[in-house]
Amino acid sequence: MGERKSISLPVLGQVSRRTAMKGVGATLGAGAFAAAISPLRRIDEKVTAEEFMQRHYKELSDSDKRDVFTRLEAQAQDEYGADVSISDPRPIPGTLFVYAINLSLCNGNGKCVEACHRENNHDRATNQSYIRVLEMPIGTMDMEQGNTTYDHPVPAEGKFYMPVQCQQCQEPPCVDVCPVEATWQEDDGIVVVDYNWCIGCRYCEAACPYHARRFNWKKPEIPADEVNPDQGFLSNRIRPEGVVEKCHFCLHRTRNGRLPACLEACPTGARVFGNILDPDSDVRWIMENKRVYVLKEELGTAPSFFYFFDS
Amino acid sequence: MTVRLAFAPSAFNAESGSATIGRGSNIARVSDASPAEFFPVVINRPEGPPRLRLDAPDALGRPVTVACSTCHTIREPNIENRSTIDLDEFHQGLSVLHGELACLACHNPGDYDTLRLADGRAIEFSNVMTLCAQCHGPQWTDYQRGAHGGMSGHWDLTRGGRVRNNCIDCHDPHAPAFPMMQPTFKPRDRFLAPAHSREGGGHG
Repeated sequence: MGERKSISLPVLGQVSRRTAMKGVGATLGAGAFAAAISPLRRIDEKVTAEEFMQRHYKELSDSDKRDVFTRLEAQAQDEYGADVSISDPRPIPGTLFVYAINLSLCNGNGKCVEACHRENNHDRATNQSYIRVLEMPIGTMDMEQGNTTYDHPVPAEGKFYMPVQCQQCQEPPCVDVCPVEATWQEDDGIVVVDYNWCIGCRYCEAACPYHARRFNWKKPEIPADEVNPDQGFLSNRIRPEGVVEKCHFCLHRTRNGRLPACLEACPTGARVFGNILDPDSDVRWIMENKRVYVLKEELGTAPSFFYFFDS
Repeated sequence: MTVRLAFAPSAFNAESGSATIGRGSNIARVSDASPAEFFPVVINRPEGPPRLRLDAPDALGRPVTVACSTCHTIREPNIENRSTIDLDEFHQGLSVLHGELACLACHNPGDYDTLRLADGRAIEFSNVMTLCAQCHGPQWTDYQRGAHGGMSGHWDLTRGGRVRNNCIDCHDPHAPAFPMMQPTFKPRDRFLAPAHSREGGGHG
């Protein structure tokens, strides 16, 4: 504390180092303690005892899940006035999901972004979505050169358009960094989040090289008649404030055999989805017959998300 | 004006001059030894020859539409005609921006209620995709394998069916280039604000 350069620290005057450190310790200690317990004070207002005591997803028995889903359905009714149904479809054995996008067809119109927004009960005020469409200069695959703010008729001359969402990496760095194991990869390749276990530290958001994770800065606002009632516990149920979320390949749809919402919404037919383990699947044919690439291959994340161009 | 027909390879066969469509998703082969039952892949189709709407309504004010053959059966086809610019009675407003194709490259001068393949065979309007596929082979190949053309429904045909677009659902046959679009939905997140001017926490 000898040189008092920093004006942001409390100025203690001419005191011995020992006294000074005591004072600092006491002040910081009290402050830190207050800060540390402040979420607990908020929990009283926002979180029920059942929710606070809810265990990790993987420790929930079937009857625990039923209780949790019933509670969450009641909560959606209470807070959003929406009659929703929460389910928990499990991975289909023998299925590994792969997504492929034909960038020769994608024209950047953004219908997928909107479809994701509606399907997944995103906050209306922020137009939140799991998908960003990057307008890229032709000649590079460098994401940093893309921009999402374009607002002109598409496709523009000299540009191509690259939708980016969770790549469902087979080596997901976001999973590695989670300090509480609130996010993990399931057998069909989908990386999921237990929104009730997430502590909101946002390490995963920082670890993701694709900017695919989103943080709920506030409680999502959704009008009752716009809430999608078909909800998965690990997918599109309305997320609490302060947790991280991400694209889950619409698992509440795809694990029931349906196509993802963003694919159905695409007016250009650029999106292809399927089971890579099925030798007759569309995605398998693309993998075998198109020159596919993945984003940031050099990072070794091994995405399940592929891009290709018509040659 | 499209009609949805259940698709089976036999419904789209050599008789109509078409190749069979691809096999589709077959998860049951991987996970289940029992013979799979597949839900149909339904391809949108025009239900028949188009009808042309006349400018003038009938005596009761109702719109009048006519079949192609209404006029074309009583007049000789003019094979010299290459575009609508030369026409003075009908189709003047129709802009044709489809390569160098003349009208009769696709339309059948022998029967205007059908189309005509390059080898001279007539083909129903409902099978128009076969006509398109004559020139657009790579697109047709991609289409058959799900790599071209929008769809909805199920990726897993053992759990449900699928509906697929027809070529002309997205491409106007007279001006087939996919139209420009205006993006209508933008996330209002931190990437949309210039750095250092963001208020509070962005929505990350």
